[in-house]
Amino acid sequence: MTNLAAEQELMARYRQRKRLLSKLFGAVCLMAMISCVAILAFLLISVLWRGFDYLGWDLIRNLPSRSAAKAGIWVYLIGSLWLIGLTTLFAVPLGVGAALYLEEYAAESRWKRIVQLNIANLAGVPSIVYGLLGLGIFVYILNLGQSILAGALTLTLVVLPIVILASQEALRAVPGSIRQASYALGATRWQTTWRQVLPAAMPGIMTGVILAVSRALGEAAPLVAMGAVQYVDRAPTSVWDTFSALPLAIFYWAMHSKPEFHDLAAAAIIVLLVVLISLNMVAAFVRYRFGKKVRW
Amino acid sequence: MAATAKRMIALLSVGLASGCWSGGQGGRGTDVEIDGSSTVYPLSEAVAEEIRTAHPEIRVTVAKKGTGGGMERFSAGEIDICDASREMTKAEAELCAEAGVRFDRFPIAYDGIAVCVNPKNDWCDGLTVEQLKEIFRLDSPIQKWSDLNPDWPDEEIKLFGPGADSGTFDIFKEEVLGEDTKSRTGYTQSEEDMVLVNGVKADERALGYFGFSYYVENTDGLKVLGINAGDGGFIKPTNETISNNTYVPLSRPLYIYVNLDSFQDPKVANFVKFYLDNAAELANDVNHVPVGAEITADNQAKFKELSSDVAKPVGG
Repeated sequence: MTNLAAEQELMARYRQRKRLLSKLFGAVCLMAMISCVAILAFLLISVLWRGFDYLGWDLIRNLPSRSAAKAGIWVYLIGSLWLIGLTTLFAVPLGVGAALYLEEYAAESRWKRIVQLNIANLAGVPSIVYGLLGLGIFVYILNLGQSILAGALTLTLVVLPIVILASQEALRAVPGSIRQASYALGATRWQTTWRQVLPAAMPGIMTGVILAVSRALGEAAPLVAMGAVQYVDRAPTSVWDTFSALPLAIFYWAMHSKPEFHDLAAAAIIVLLVVLISLNMVAAFVRYRFGKKVRW
Repeated sequence: MAATAKRMIALLSVGLASGCWSGGQGGRGTDVEIDGSSTVYPLSEAVAEEIRTAHPEIRVTVAKKGTGGGMERFSAGEIDICDASREMTKAEAELCAEAGVRFDRFPIAYDGIAVCVNPKNDWCDGLTVEQLKEIFRLDSPIQKWSDLNPDWPDEEIKLFGPGADSGTFDIFKEEVLGEDTKSRTGYTQSEEDMVLVNGVKADERALGYFGFSYYVENTDGLKVLGINAGDGGFIKPTNETISNNTYVPLSRPLYIYVNLDSFQDPKVANFVKFYLDNAAELANDVNHVPVGAEITADNQAKFKELSSDVAKPVGG
């Protein structure tokens, strides 16, 4: 009897301890979440606070200047929009095509495993390496010059592994039964891929594409390495033009000897964030539309 | 399979075709291409900004890969003007000669190197060049302030200086350390002067050196040291001491190197003329030390001479 009571008490204490541990773990996770949000909020608020005075049409419209009051981001903003537009144009067909081949067509073989491993590794290569590669291949060998086209192709190299990996994940998530059903109804592999698999995978692919484009929008190092300039007196009007980009302006201004430029950099960061959020909203919309279409 | 493959091949061939077709078209739309020193960059940017109203037809781009990076492109004939915070080296001049690049250079402003400590540092007001050399040479025995002067605190010196790609580093190494002495390692080095300024601002044991203009914009968080070259007293960098050459050895002229083949293009020539005419006035705006009237006159005379040379037939 006494034995049982002692055992029960022991169990109760054990359970209590476990419950405490469980609560403690929950608290630790909560702390982790709160610190992430707090860091993000701190960054956003400090950027907004510092950059707010410079926000306005003048910031968007003005050309570069030596005085912070007159300087604007027009040439940088348009340069960045050109870059991400062209990069998307190059990276999406290539990346999605490669992912389709690897997931839907390629047989399991040592060759495929090697390619797969390489793509995964390429996603981790520092972007400045791609910048130097771009300088060698696009600027000098293909003789594209230090043009916006060469810049976009360089950024395509940077984001291609991301697009391929994300698209593969999305394609893998499409249930095999859908493919089997399509074949059973007499569809060819092309019809199956184009009408069933691709639309079903589209939301996931779009997420990958947006991640890639956001990455391209924020990159400065590869562009500097391949020869983007710092000062340019007009926004590019063709793919052969010399160019600059928003991250270059932000970096230069943030390191400027005159402190008022640091606030201007904050304002430029806000614009960069707005562009990024707009892109994400477009993606969310596309995801929503495609998501509705897919009904099995 | 076939469809994807076809599409890939189509894309690839479009890519290749555009590559061949474009030969030499890249970077078009620019009349004057400038690259080089990040120290000179603000001045070139100011000139480029002003010429937008004076000569709107002249298209200018300015990059800032550093004096070394700019010289590499200049000696390959890729750019029209190279911003330089030091003179061209022999090796670079040889490369120019090999590639058939003829050039001339104009001094357009002065820059000083400011040696600064934290304002809370109340013990040190100046250093001799010998002391600077002792501090920044390789295997320096100096770890604490008291190693320099027994009266100073027994605390570590936190050093800040430019990275090896910087022209400021080159000048400091040449003028203070000398040819045969290697630079110390294991302290905070950055190509971005602002990083150094923030480092010295934050630590009362700090000692750092960087471009004079960064000191001018941050005087409230920095204390500049006088430098004793051995003969005179301790001289602090000011516009006067830098331009009249009494702040030695840490002041230097800044140059633009002009490719003389590009110079035949009237747009480049006009840009250079505008640069020389306005450099002194614009230098003040960007916290460089302006050149005196004498050098401006020299530059303009040289410009005239070059213009008349260019007008002559090639080979004459």
